[in-house]
Amino acid sequence: MVSTQYLFKKFKVGLKAMLSDKIGVLGISILLIIILLSAISPYIFPLQSRADPTQIFQPPSGENWLGTDHMGRDIWPQIANGGRGLLLLAFITASISVMIGIFLGTAAPLIGGKFDEILLFFADVWLTIPRFPLLVVLSGFFNLTSYVLALVLAILSWAGLFRSIRAEVLSLKEREYVEAAKMLDLSMIHVIFKEITPNMMPFIIMNFTLMMRHAIYAQVGLFFLGLLPLEVNWGVMLNIAWAQGAIYHPDALWFILAPAIAISLLILSLVWINRSLENLFNPVLRTDHDD
Amino acid sequence: MPSNPVDIYVNELISSHGISVEAARSRASALYALDLDMPVWRQYISYLGNLIQGNMGQSIRSPGVRVSTIIRARLPWTLFTVGSGLIISTILGIVLGTISAFKRDKWYEPIITGSASIISAIPDFLIGIFLIIFFGIITWFGMDRPLLPIQSMRGTHTMGLSIDDGFTYIRDIFAHGMFPIITYVLAQIGMWVLLMKGSTTSTLKKEYVKLAEARGLSNTKIMSKYVARNAFLPIATEFAMRMGFILGGSLIIEQLFVYEGLGLELLNAVHGRDYPVMQGILLIITACIVFSNLFAELIYGALDPRTRRGE
Repeated sequence: MVSTQYLFKKFKVGLKAMLSDKIGVLGISILLIIILLSAISPYIFPLQSRADPTQIFQPPSGENWLGTDHMGRDIWPQIANGGRGLLLLAFITASISVMIGIFLGTAAPLIGGKFDEILLFFADVWLTIPRFPLLVVLSGFFNLTSYVLALVLAILSWAGLFRSIRAEVLSLKEREYVEAAKMLDLSMIHVIFKEITPNMMPFIIMNFTLMMRHAIYAQVGLFFLGLLPLEVNWGVMLNIAWAQGAIYHPDALWFILAPAIAISLLILSLVWINRSLENLFNPVLRTDHDD
Repeated sequence: MPSNPVDIYVNELISSHGISVEAARSRASALYALDLDMPVWRQYISYLGNLIQGNMGQSIRSPGVRVSTIIRARLPWTLFTVGSGLIISTILGIVLGTISAFKRDKWYEPIITGSASIISAIPDFLIGIFLIIFFGIITWFGMDRPLLPIQSMRGTHTMGLSIDDGFTYIRDIFAHGMFPIITYVLAQIGMWVLLMKGSTTSTLKKEYVKLAEARGLSNTKIMSKYVARNAFLPIATEFAMRMGFILGGSLIIEQLFVYEGLGLELLNAVHGRDYPVMQGILLIITACIVFSNLFAELIYGALDPRTRRGE
């Protein structure tokens, strides 16, 4: 059995190796800054709700760090507050889909037989569903609130995760400690969560960041198309900037550029973290980089 | 169904024209070629029956226009832009990826790999927005207007031009498709570079390549028969898979550049609650994915003898 202390130690070793990877450090720093901003900005940079027609599309200045939008509101507080919803939803989506992926991906090869075959068949069929177009159609039918959207996104993307986790489990399944646990007649739940899952933690974390990236893409895309209820986030800012014709308005450059850069940075940070994790946990790749 | 367009039409007839419920319903059913008295599942079965004969029904927003007509009008534009983008980005990616795999000690290798990894992470529609801003909005230093007249480049082609105009027409559709194509190229090229580089590097390390070198085979022969063929495997599979998403990936980009392809049509159908059109387009997109998966399997079988069975 793996103790928490052991996991913690492993985590520390991993963190140390990660800090030696510049790209990984950059990714983590960007993500931490965005998380920090999301946490403190409601108190430090409160949203300005009053429109000010005299201040429309002002360029960046000491007072308005990123200029003002089409209603004369300061853009910076919107950027500072606009990541929270996206991050939270991406986190929930990734959690749900990784949970589904772990559960089915470990259960299928352990139970084996028809169960495995049927699940695999369903996953193959599921993978042919065009996800984003389907999401667009669904959001036309239903009023997708953020939590429902998280659930829908997670369910839509279970198949890919299921297949990769299943493949990983198939190779772990033959290890002695799994055999031993089975011989001790420990329950399936025990084998899945105490024996197999801790040993593919790196793999799961990597998939988690990947999932978050997909969730952010899908969300921002839907927000940009104006298919989700409006709130303050970077995707909605893009949508409003677009709908207001800001993109064809040279003075409004910052209004559309600011959220676009923010989204790019968020996704880049996730990709970089993912890449450095991959280098960290995959020795084959590491030797690739060394020579 | 939420906000059913047929109900809306029936209600409108009743309230604004003072027609009785039965008359309004019979009008609607004649207009949309629906039998409203059938249960929904029987209507669905009759839809499927028509579908097998290639009849996807009629549009609700523009009654009388067949869904297949709409799809036939939009499909070529999406195929043209996304297809060109896919082909150009694959070729460029293979070239750049191979260069960066062989010249790993050169100064430009980190630049290629680095920019590839950054650009492959940025969502395609943001690349589109950056392109619009860079070429169409900002007036660069020393110029009196932006680099390109982006407003007049919207749409698929200039009104009034047709295929009969020959070369002018071809130049026109490329001018209009330029931005979507460049966006698709940029959005995918990073992935191709990284994939090609990774697969070439790992093939170069294989024992059979070392053995071929030890046997004293010529460099050209090693490259073409041993490295290229194996390094190309993942590229070919990925290409075939991407072909499947050729139609589905174009939604936001087409909206961004107001390019009247399949994706934009789907969006309009969603906004207008045009269910038959939505169903038809989703069906085409899914069929495209299924056929490319099949194609991927076939390609893989052809390229990699190990996967062939029963020989």
